[in-house]
Amino acid sequence: MSGDGRTRGKGARHDARNVTLLWLLASAIMTPIVVFVFGPHLPPGHGSNEAAGQVVDNTVLLAAAAPIALGVLVFIAYSLWAFREREPQLQADGVPLRGNSSVQFWWIVATTTVALSLSGYGIIRLLETGAGGGQGPEPIAVPPHASNALQVQVIAQQWQFTYRWPSFGGVETREIELPAHTLIEFNVTSLDVIHSFWAYQLGVKADANPGVNNIAYVTTRGPLAFEVRCAELCGVWHGYMYNGGQVVPRARFASWIARARLQYAPATRNLSPYSKTYFPEPQRRAG
Amino acid sequence: MSAIAGTSPGLMSARAPLWRRLIGFNLLTGIVLGVGGWYLGHWIGTEIHGVSLAYFSATAGENDIAIMLGYLLGVLGFLIGLGFAVYPVQRVFGGQPTLAERESHEHGLLRYFSLSTDHKVVAKQYMVGIGFFFFIGGLNAMAIRTELLQPNTHVFGANQYLTLVGMHGSMMMGIFTSGVLGPFANWLVPIMIGSRRMAFPRIESLTFWLLMAAGVVLITTIFFGGFQTGWTGYQPLGDQGTAGYDAYIGFFALVGVSMTLLGFNLIVTIVTMRAPGMTWSRLPIFVWSVLATAGLMVLAAPTLIATLLMAAMDRSVQTAFFIPGQGGSPYLFQNLFWVFGHPEVYVLALPGFGIVLELLPVFTRKPLWGYRLAVAGILGVGILSFFVWQHHLFVSGINADLRPFFSLSTELISIPTGFIFLCALGTLWRGRIRFTVPMLFCLAWAFNFLWGGVSGIFLADVPSDVTTHGSFFVMAHFHYTIMGGLIFAFFAAIYYWVPKMYGYKLSERLGKVHFWIMFLAFNSTFAPLFALGFLGMPRRVITYATNLQGLNDWVSASAYVLGLSLLLFLVNAVWSLVFKREPAERNPWQSKSIEWQLPTPVPLHDFEQLPVFDGDPYPYGDGRVPVPAVAPVGEGG
Repeated sequence: MSGDGRTRGKGARHDARNVTLLWLLASAIMTPIVVFVFGPHLPPGHGSNEAAGQVVDNTVLLAAAAPIALGVLVFIAYSLWAFREREPQLQADGVPLRGNSSVQFWWIVATTTVALSLSGYGIIRLLETGAGGGQGPEPIAVPPHASNALQVQVIAQQWQFTYRWPSFGGVETREIELPAHTLIEFNVTSLDVIHSFWAYQLGVKADANPGVNNIAYVTTRGPLAFEVRCAELCGVWHGYMYNGGQVVPRARFASWIARARLQYAPATRNLSPYSKTYFPEPQRRAG
Repeated sequence: MSAIAGTSPGLMSARAPLWRRLIGFNLLTGIVLGVGGWYLGHWIGTEIHGVSLAYFSATAGENDIAIMLGYLLGVLGFLIGLGFAVYPVQRVFGGQPTLAERESHEHGLLRYFSLSTDHKVVAKQYMVGIGFFFFIGGLNAMAIRTELLQPNTHVFGANQYLTLVGMHGSMMMGIFTSGVLGPFANWLVPIMIGSRRMAFPRIESLTFWLLMAAGVVLITTIFFGGFQTGWTGYQPLGDQGTAGYDAYIGFFALVGVSMTLLGFNLIVTIVTMRAPGMTWSRLPIFVWSVLATAGLMVLAAPTLIATLLMAAMDRSVQTAFFIPGQGGSPYLFQNLFWVFGHPEVYVLALPGFGIVLELLPVFTRKPLWGYRLAVAGILGVGILSFFVWQHHLFVSGINADLRPFFSLSTELISIPTGFIFLCALGTLWRGRIRFTVPMLFCLAWAFNFLWGGVSGIFLADVPSDVTTHGSFFVMAHFHYTIMGGLIFAFFAAIYYWVPKMYGYKLSERLGKVHFWIMFLAFNSTFAPLFALGFLGMPRRVITYATNLQGLNDWVSASAYVLGLSLLLFLVNAVWSLVFKREPAERNPWQSKSIEWQLPTPVPLHDFEQLPVFDGDPYPYGDGRVPVPAVAPVGEGG
């Protein structure tokens, strides 16, 4: 591998073969590691169908990204080693390559294919159930039997979340408990500025906008504790706008909500009637 | 009018006593008139407010009209004091525009503190001015990391902390839009295309002084209670804010004006002032990236100015563009902000592409591989950047049925970005690679930007974005693309071009120490942030889950080292340029591009005779003479 040898055609083929082999080797090692070792630990866990779906999504993206990143890294590392200047006193120039139309063509084909497939995959996953994201007042990705979903209204204000239960007399609670193995429809709204309802373990994030009903679907799995955090800067105490909730067996949920109705009964009488939004004169101009 | 012009230092001999030269149009006068303008504006605003009290109920206790008028008249006074009114006033009264030509001959330190029409002086002004605000922004970052050392013991109050976060973001995103275009494009573009000046030299100077005024306006927010909105300034939170938010509005609006003017100036210069033979296919790739960036600035920044004007009216004269209770829409602000905001991040990224692709041929001793593909990549990224903005709003509930489109358009950006990578890789292939400091920074760009790009895939994909949106993952992503991309390219450009710009060598040894510490500390700081985001830490919080303290402390410790590495650069620059002053060779890198063929330091009007370009800009390895042929006297112009 002298400097002169590389300037001939044989050297180029040799280098290209080396890079390709190293890349295939690195990808063959790293891609399974990414999928089988990292994959199960990717966020946000398996607390709900949507969260588990996001884990799959993250795994697919990571598996697709690994060979791409490795290709670039292997190519750079190999080039820096093989083409480093060994005879600086010569002041010689490299091989004056100005491009290669077939390499460029296949690069464009390959990157376009990858970009379109990843994008197509993400869109299909999104349209199944909305992937736990907020979809505005008229969702397009609606899970089957959504009309039977348990409606939970999330009311954000500076700086706390409260929850209102239209199917349980419109009671408003400070805590949140959800029944296990149930389709939930979160109706997220705000009383003042923009907040964001982020239930990490459930894989739900939906911005809370004043005067807007932002809907997100999630299907809970077994019992677990989850954290709720505000994910949109909402003023001085944004950092402290969090609380916790639980997914509990259905029977426990039924007794919890019954107790809550009793406990909050005096407050419920003074609440304004249940509504999708509460902002004064919600003359919304969405979009 | 002649009396005013007569007092200009530009018209005076450099031998006049210093105190005499300080009287006239310069920074000192600018500051005096700026402060005077502030008080005048504040007084008028207070009067208006007194009259209007009956109609507009003053709520927050502060008078926003007075503060906004104060900023407006203060900045106008500052610019008048610098002498920007002289030329237009002279023209209105039929005078001849003589000032600029004479000013260019001004020598000595004072020219750096006044309106200069020499593009090389403005570039150096930009270098120091932007460096100053970069330093302030960096200090803010250090303060933020200090606060995050402990989840529950606080160094700052919650409001102070958010103001630091907002100032850091605004400083970096606002001032650094001109981080490459200010110092490097202003210096290099005229020389690279074979011109003696920019198309509009006074506007060139105006963009710089506007940016400095903007930076000062932002800093004054600390006198008015700071602002709580971060650099995105979302409404209606901004509308709630104290008068500190007025400083945010003033800052970003001035940055927007500066960006628009800078963009127009560069576009006109590149389109109309190329020397004979400088065809589009011979344009250095750096100039292409500047052209694309300037295009983004011109198209995106006016949206920002308009948006902030609307926000200012909401706060001062009680309109309700963004106030939901009165028929306005917070979505409108988010939409408009990101229509500007996404092209804006490519305003930061594209010059980095240009620098790296410009420098790689020099240090691999090869022509740029795939020149046309690189141009297509730069233009493709620029055009696509206008069609992706709602990926910032995937979970906001706005236009939910458009999410597939914005997800697709965002993924598509990886295709032209891939062109850039292919050209960089192709240029490395079978070169003779020299590991100089600028080359090391270019390679670090490729490494860092790769991770920025890979993490971008997760944010473009809606299901994945549901978790990562608004978390530290996003923060890691854009620090990898902007700090790891732009700032590393920026330092490559500094180590590469400063010897020519300033005429003195920078220490190569200190440069390598700086590079390695900065590269390792950067990755050690920002790679864990991906994990923190994945683990559920939202952005801009003053407190966090206690189990994340270990990672956060690691990040903070790395951030201090990163800050120290930047101080090391400052030491290198001051030591090499101020104390050691070892004259640089004419062409230490054996570069074949035209700026290195000029004498060091570059003479006042760059070229004695305008050059004629007769080939592509990267004639490495084919034995062609690098120096462009020189046109006969009088030709071109």
